[in-house]
Amino acid sequence: MTTLVIAEHNNEQAQASTFTTIAAANQLSGDTVVLVAGHNCQSTAEQIAKAEGVAKVIVADAEHYAHLLAEDLEKLVLSIADDYSHILAPASTFGKNFTPRVAALLDVQQISDITKVNSDDTFERPVYAGNAIATVKSNDSKKVITVRSTGFDAVALEGGSASIEAISAGEHAGTSNYVGEELTVSERPELTSASVIVSGGRGMGSGENFEMLETLADKLGAAVGASRAAVDAGFVPNDYQVGQTGKIVAPELYIAVGISGAIQHLAGMKDSKVIVAINKDEEAPIFQVADYGLVADLFKVIPELNEAL
Amino acid sequence: MKILVAIKRVIDANVKVRVNSDNTGVETANVKMSMNPFCEIAVEEAVRLKEQGVASEIVAVSIGPQQAQETLRTALALGADKAILVKSDNDLESLAVAKILKSLVEKEEPQMVLLGKQSIDGDNNQTGQMLGALLGWGQGTFASEVKVDDGKAQVTREIDGGLQTVELGLPAIVTTDLRLNEPRFASLPNIMKAKRKPLEEIAVVDLGVDVAPRTETLKVANPPARSEGIKVETVAELVDKLKNEAKVI
Repeated sequence: MTTLVIAEHNNEQAQASTFTTIAAANQLSGDTVVLVAGHNCQSTAEQIAKAEGVAKVIVADAEHYAHLLAEDLEKLVLSIADDYSHILAPASTFGKNFTPRVAALLDVQQISDITKVNSDDTFERPVYAGNAIATVKSNDSKKVITVRSTGFDAVALEGGSASIEAISAGEHAGTSNYVGEELTVSERPELTSASVIVSGGRGMGSGENFEMLETLADKLGAAVGASRAAVDAGFVPNDYQVGQTGKIVAPELYIAVGISGAIQHLAGMKDSKVIVAINKDEEAPIFQVADYGLVADLFKVIPELNEAL
Repeated sequence: MKILVAIKRVIDANVKVRVNSDNTGVETANVKMSMNPFCEIAVEEAVRLKEQGVASEIVAVSIGPQQAQETLRTALALGADKAILVKSDNDLESLAVAKILKSLVEKEEPQMVLLGKQSIDGDNNQTGQMLGALLGWGQGTFASEVKVDDGKAQVTREIDGGLQTVELGLPAIVTTDLRLNEPRFASLPNIMKAKRKPLEEIAVVDLGVDVAPRTETLKVANPPARSEGIKVETVAELVDKLKNEAKVI
């Protein structure tokens, strides 16, 4: 038995989700091998080789892997799938995009978004926006799995010394081509790996008003998130969205400002260690999950909070 | 071109789902059911492509119990031209659903299949991608914009870092994200008209597709409950609690 983890990275370095996925892989009985597919991604391979519990890193380097299109990854992973009992990837938009393609062609029912490894064939995963936790046993001979990052603590990034081996790249599938990207550039930590998150909702009223949350975030070294309502209203870009269908986060501290707390939002943040809710409506459902609730006008108390910190 | 839209009947997004007493699933008796919100967006996008003159025919497909017919009637009222119900009383896994859709695609020969990126019950986010692989088609998942021109589709995708645009040769798979469009409401005349549109029923066994389950759900449980929090009165009290009680700042 050997487990293959497909690394999420930007060619220069691995994303935090790679190290939580390796953590899940390390709980399975087989060795953990990590595939780095990319272009000019040697530094990523070297970084992952040092991670705890990695037996080997395999690298497929080709120009058409620069943006990791699902159709190309499908072909590459299938070409080496015979060697592995388990195939794992992060349950991010990266992993979700290609793993079902691999599963379908291996004739396997994928298990998405696992939060716990019970055994080599049994896993826990949230369903219905996290309102229920299903324990699922896979009877397929091979397992294809995506791993929810908040369910696992990242492995240690130093101490390992896995070998790095180049493998041949597959062909470019040609059914889809990369056109371009608009990525949010920010000095703040990434939402899914931040230890503190300040999130705003519809109550913020406008995109300009998010500036006071950014000030708060910078005082706390936090990432800035948002509810779906705030994204739909155009206050902030889509990649700020925390929720059932956005990003799933579980920081040490989550500060929800002007967020009412729809089920779909709670699904994305209720595993946070400490939750603070600031909302002028004391009936808002967000207070049901908050450790500390402050019923107040956010436009009065956020500047006060910025002053106090 | 012809578009096939796959839709699922699920527990309504506004219902607070409860785990059943024998921990085998969730309560579904007397619970409001609706079209999965992402599937509504897929239907809307198909209708808009037809209104733009890009699509010529929209076929809505659902796989589920007899009651899924109501969901298909909703799609017909929103603008689909015909509907196909593949009847199954068992809750099918996404691999089985993808195989069924593949057999329908081979029969209907659409140039595009539009699906929601995930259904809000199982939260799997698999079916569109699986169908794409089984057909050997390209895919644009989590779409926030779809443009069809010159035999190609340009799809802008919501990804974790922002937006990514890919170009797909047709036929292709597109799965919808929240900001692709805002679905319309069906008008009363269109609801009446939908009753006369064709709705074909097929039993899943007649398709000759392997739909045997590959997984077993051993247990469905409530998530761990959070301990009850407190209300603070002032910013100073909040800062004090975060510093000295929770010790998170």
